Amino acid sequence: MSELLRLEGVRKSFGDNVVLRDVDLAVEPGQCVVLIGASGSGKSTLLRCVNLLEVVDDGVITFDGRDITDPRVDGDEVRARMGMVFQAYNLFPHLDVIGNVTLALRLVHGVGADEARTRGLAMLDRVGLAEKARARPDDLSGGQQQRVAIARALVANPRLMLLDEVTSALDPELVGEVLDLLGELKAEGVTMLLNTHEMGFARDVADQVCFLHDGRIHEQGPPGQVIDDPQQERTRAFLSRIRV
Amino acid sequence: MTHQLAPQADWQPSDVQRERDEWRRRRTVRSAAIAAVSTLLLLGTLGGAVVSSPGWERVRETYFDWDKAVSSFPAVVDGLWLNIRVMVVCWLLILVLSLTVAIVRTLRGPVAFPLRMLGTAYVDVFRGLPLLLVIFLLGFGGPALSLQGLPTSPLFWGGAALVLSYSAYVAEVFRAGIESVHPSQRLAGRSLGLSYGQTLRHVVLPQAWRRVIPPLMNDLVSLQKDSGLIAVLGVSDAIRRAQIETALDFNYTPYVVAGVLFCCLTIPMARLTDRYARKKGYHGAGGHL
Repeated sequence: MSELLRLEGVRKSFGDNVVLRDVDLAVEPGQCVVLIGASGSGKSTLLRCVNLLEVVDDGVITFDGRDITDPRVDGDEVRARMGMVFQAYNLFPHLDVIGNVTLALRLVHGVGADEARTRGLAMLDRVGLAEKARARPDDLSGGQQQRVAIARALVANPRLMLLDEVTSALDPELVGEVLDLLGELKAEGVTMLLNTHEMGFARDVADQVCFLHDGRIHEQGPPGQVIDDPQQERTRAFLSRIRV
Repeated sequence: MTHQLAPQADWQPSDVQRERDEWRRRRTVRSAAIAAVSTLLLLGTLGGAVVSSPGWERVRETYFDWDKAVSSFPAVVDGLWLNIRVMVVCWLLILVLSLTVAIVRTLRGPVAFPLRMLGTAYVDVFRGLPLLLVIFLLGFGGPALSLQGLPTSPLFWGGAALVLSYSAYVAEVFRAGIESVHPSQRLAGRSLGLSYGQTLRHVVLPQAWRRVIPPLMNDLVSLQKDSGLIAVLGVSDAIRRAQIETALDFNYTPYVVAGVLFCCLTIPMARLTDRYARKKGYHGAGGHL
């Protein structure tokens, strides 16, 4: 098995609302897999299930060769090996930028204060924000905040990055700076599972595109197929709506 | 002009702007003048009404006797020192107990149900009981238990009553603060691999603490005054000492002395708190507009 992440028959519901049904998906190391679909199609829930922030109702998620949906698995340990970035950044407002980036290094990965700081600064430099290390998140632009959030998720060298609509809250001019960064990460071999409405980005960077509708994956394949030559009527309808 | 800095060196305010500035200046001067005059008028009228009242001479002698104030001052200050010590010790215990109760009440899951229920029952009961009643019950009932290892002094049991009663209120302040931190913050903490406890300690509580500083200080000021209630157990604090001084000649000036001293404690405390809260980034929910 060469996959880093594998979902088999995953189902998740909130009350009577079935958000994911029978989802199968595989992500290989170094791949970028992009989920597309309308709001409410289950994209965010899928990412949160993978990060064990939600408990699945059924199915198996295998990460790094281990079934992480087993209730005996330590969720904190699994999450420590993934990085998650949220649509609304979710930075910690009471900490400065370097404090945000190094918190998990110090608390979860047992890295000493000095080394955490060195690694944090290097990571901030990587996302082009080294000079903002002492700034408060509230004093940064949306694009800068999202880059800090990416640095925070990336600093502990996660095996997998989960990115949940990371550009949806940004002004159009700021979307580019975040997408450029993701493109660079992909080139460096970072494995990513993300959802987005940026079809241009999906076409350029994704190895696989999955179209979700109503909690099901209706179509998946390389972007040239799913985005440019969709086989399913629903995929065509969705793509034509967002291309107005 | 302070706003004519280097980058604006080539800017001269237009006639329209000059006229606006002039108008704002005139209005500021006029507002200040009106405020000053009306304040003086109001205070003068109130003061005059009190001073010209028929019984003023007698009230002045009984409540504002300078010599009596001076002679009773040392005893009242001595009593106040006890209030301050009671307050400091109780406040520290209250913070620990109330934070524990608040955290217990925010735990989720069936395992924590007995703890949650205990916390809820404690808060319900002690918020329902009048403080004076708790002081009477514990102050006289506590020593009567003759428990091994526990002191029987009214000071100890009075302090215990203050801690138990106040912790119930302060626990609710903490709980409100904890629950006001957006769930997405917990999510972000957990997604980084932090445990429940680490997320609480390093993500939720620092933000909650900042938000509850003003109400906490409100309770601290309140505790300062209520520390005087243990006087009913015979503890010789500021109020009790003032009462003793008063009983010598039925001159009530010592009470006024005690009141002034309590204000001297609480008012600077309030100012300090405001400054501390601002330093911690608290601007109030409404911002500046």
